[in-house]
Amino acid sequence: MPGEHFVVAPGWAWYILLYFFFAGISGGAFVIGTMLRLWGSPTDAAASRLAFIISFPLLLVCPILLTLDLGQPARFWHMLVDVGSGAPAFKAYSPMSLGVWGLTLFGLFSFVMFLGAVGEGGYLRWRVLAGAGRVMGSAVGKAFMVIGAIFGFFVAAYTGVLLAVSNQPVWSDTWTLGGLFLASGLSGAAACILLLSRQRREASVTDGKLMEADRYFIILELVLIALFLITVGGVISKVLGGGWILLWLVVLIGTLVPLIAEFRPTLVRQLPPVVVPALVLVGVLALRAVIIFSAQA
Amino acid sequence: MAQPVGFFTDVTLCIGCKACEVACKEWNALPNNPLEFRGSYDNTGQLDHANWRHVRFIEQPTKNPDKPIAWSMMSDVCKHCANASCLEVCPTDAIVRTEFDTVFIQQDVCNGCRDCIAACPYGVIGFNSTSGTAQKCTFCYDRLQNNLKPACATACPTQSIKFGPLDEIRQTAATRLATLHQQGMSEARIYGDKEYGGLHAFFLLTDKPETYSLPSTESAVLPSRNNIPGYLGAAVTAVVAAVAGLIAFRRRGETQP
Repeated sequence: MPGEHFVVAPGWAWYILLYFFFAGISGGAFVIGTMLRLWGSPTDAAASRLAFIISFPLLLVCPILLTLDLGQPARFWHMLVDVGSGAPAFKAYSPMSLGVWGLTLFGLFSFVMFLGAVGEGGYLRWRVLAGAGRVMGSAVGKAFMVIGAIFGFFVAAYTGVLLAVSNQPVWSDTWTLGGLFLASGLSGAAACILLLSRQRREASVTDGKLMEADRYFIILELVLIALFLITVGGVISKVLGGGWILLWLVVLIGTLVPLIAEFRPTLVRQLPPVVVPALVLVGVLALRAVIIFSAQA
Repeated sequence: MAQPVGFFTDVTLCIGCKACEVACKEWNALPNNPLEFRGSYDNTGQLDHANWRHVRFIEQPTKNPDKPIAWSMMSDVCKHCANASCLEVCPTDAIVRTEFDTVFIQQDVCNGCRDCIAACPYGVIGFNSTSGTAQKCTFCYDRLQNNLKPACATACPTQSIKFGPLDEIRQTAATRLATLHQQGMSEARIYGDKEYGGLHAFFLLTDKPETYSLPSTESAVLPSRNNIPGYLGAAVTAVVAAVAGLIAFRRRGETQP
């Protein structure tokens, strides 16, 4: 029942915040790369490659952050191997256990697609990479991408479910966090690709589509923020009270400015083009920060 | 042969002497608490990695001007739930159920992820930054293995903390409750019969559970209740996002080169 908690906070702080942020962007970028490849035109291939090239390095940071957050970092492997039996340690109803396995498997897909994108783009002229690049356009390559995208969705979303599967105030009072982190991760990933596509002319032809997608993801995110605030019920003052309202303001700026840029372009015409995606990314970080920190305060 | 054991803590008998806290700290070699004034005789504060027993001093205002404050004391401890939230979420299986049906954190397996702390509805588990692990009451597992009573129950001078085989101790609690009801203490109740499948450390209370910082029976819910709604919400979001992607990224009259 919402509003009645006698718990102690787990003390999840900056490492977890950054992990949630990078996992959201990495998973989201892979999903966007896949959607561009499946449904986009041939000219969108460069932006798709960029998405896959972003996804893997951001994912690499995640296990490092997770390990640093542990009280016993050298025992990270206990998440994967049962110390007693030597069998895989897997608990389907523990999101942390499921998440570690999801992250590991997604890492495989992300790594392969990273190599494929590097090969296809000709960034490294190794024969094996060129072969991987050619596979990307095949039916096998697309099937591989789709399976990887399912893991991408999972990695971007499960962090919210991880918070919800607890008895902490706010987190456990709502079912919206998985969806909210996913929508925000996709929005952040689109913004990240937009920021980097400005350095690559062949990728920037997709900017219009990415901005349109980002607007849809932001609208989805705003709907889920509204549902989040409704569902937390009695503990709403915990997330909105005190100084937390300032972080919500950052979230609002990061979500509303891209919408204003589309529907009232004259209001933001003076802004340099990098500002809007940068605000989106700051908003994605602020959303996670306010949800993680306010519940534990 | 080992059998399920339990603590029955009767708050009507607790005098707040804290002998249980001292015995627990001594047997388990737990560190002292820093000396600080908390505005109350309760200078332990809360259960955590260094306090596995905590005598709560509950101060409530009365209408009697000569005695403006009424005290109630309760020796709190890990509840060793039959359906334990901590055990449910632990990703490394460091938290196990022992042969005595108690809940135990294996210190050599725990990697300090703190998911159990987020899950425990009673705020029992603490993080020890020195060992880098989560810690809580072990039910004196080492003493149980040697046919000894837990240190706290051994030290309690008023028999407020009773220990024994779970079935017997539940019967003791039922008898005590009936006696109190006969004496006119109608507000007396047992906490821990129904919550989390039955607690191995249960209480006789004289007020509603929330007064003792215990969630009510309706609020005593497992973290896993949010698994299906959480993943379902994420799956619906994923489908909507995929449709949004299809609309935004679709080809618009472009032809294949």
